[in-house]
Amino acid sequence: VLYRDKARVLYRDKARREGGEMTRVHDMGGQTRYFGPLPPIDPEEPVFDDPWEAKTFALALLANRVAGANLHAFRYALERVPEEEYLSGYYRRWLASAEILLLDSGILAPGAVEARAHRLQGEDVEEPPAPEPHKPSMPSGGAGNLRAVETPPAFAVGDAVTTRADEPAPHTRLPAYARGRRGTVVALRPAQVFPDTAAEFTGENPQHVYEIRFDSRELWGADAEPGSVTIDLFESYLETAR
Amino acid sequence: MTDVRQTADPMLSPALRAEALESLLLERGLIDTKTVETFIRTYETAVGPMNGAKVVAKAWTDPEYKARLLDDGSAAIAELGFKGPQGEHMVVLENTPTVHHVVVCTLCSCYPWPVLGLPPSWYKDPAYRSRVVKEPRTVLAEWGTELGPDVEVRVHDSSSEVRYLVLPERPPGTESMSEEELAGLVTRDAMVGVRRVTGP
Repeated sequence: VLYRDKARVLYRDKARREGGEMTRVHDMGGQTRYFGPLPPIDPEEPVFDDPWEAKTFALALLANRVAGANLHAFRYALERVPEEEYLSGYYRRWLASAEILLLDSGILAPGAVEARAHRLQGEDVEEPPAPEPHKPSMPSGGAGNLRAVETPPAFAVGDAVTTRADEPAPHTRLPAYARGRRGTVVALRPAQVFPDTAAEFTGENPQHVYEIRFDSRELWGADAEPGSVTIDLFESYLETAR
Repeated sequence: MTDVRQTADPMLSPALRAEALESLLLERGLIDTKTVETFIRTYETAVGPMNGAKVVAKAWTDPEYKARLLDDGSAAIAELGFKGPQGEHMVVLENTPTVHHVVVCTLCSCYPWPVLGLPPSWYKDPAYRSRVVKEPRTVLAEWGTELGPDVEVRVHDSSSEVRYLVLPERPPGTESMSEEELAGLVTRDAMVGVRRVTGP
């Protein structure tokens, strides 16, 4: 069983236990549980705080390549990092997500990194043998994520749209705070690989993308700070406004 | 019962864990040290907010460039040689006395690498990611950026592969400065929209 499938079962069970909608650690927009003081802005902040962060940055990008994954699968792996670990720091979750991608593709055996870490400390720990790789083989329409789409766009600038409110895919780029909300198309963006399916290697399914503007009151209620939030949303997230 | 957790114990030191991961991939020839070092060096030295600052300073001093930049961000930015991962389609947002743009990625930490480098810690912080879409004025005020009631605030949540660069307002008192001197004033936080650029 892939680590991916286990994670999905865990999420579902957690949601059932809590008797509500799935709350996903990464989907932070408007989530008051994360509200708190802002960190200071340090213009002199180094790119990496520590050499292991730099190494992790490079290893995660390379792990994505070695695992035959893609940007969306990488983000999905980040989202499957257990909550406490996800919140323990940016490069800590990158480290975990690199491992998840390598487990999913059979490059690394479960427990391999931990066993190696103990050996590096001089402990006599048995290491699991390397498994048979089973890298994903999703056909790609080229480098990057911009694609040409033959069908004409379903929406035009000025159209009123409503975002979908049903259960999203395990990986989606429609933030929870913008589900089931009414907005206006303000720009057409280049068509792109659909993250919801590419993340699970079931196809690129490129779609038109629209910049949608939501009035703050539509998102947060009548006493919201005045203003707007715009979000770039894929065509299948949208319906003509009801 | 089998532990569903198959990744390494998060209590291990991340440095040790990264070293273990690296050694496993190195010994099987799946990665090489030179590539690891090149990735690190690129983002430590060649790619960073000094790139975006050059774009902004050129837009402030060259009206034709500014028009091209606002019309087709990717092409105008590529004129200065800046392109690459996390910059596939660039859109430039112009801050004016009446409209203030601010950029976030609530779902991860999407950021325009070719012009700003890797994101700073405040951009990745859960407090910023959660709050700025709901209370942008409060967030900006907490960082010392007061916006008048007549200023329209537009928050942009980077949810697709479009990446945003904010073109801040040129500060007063900089009329005699060269493009290079102006670039020295432009900060990373102003190009995300959380602060203004201040004069010398």
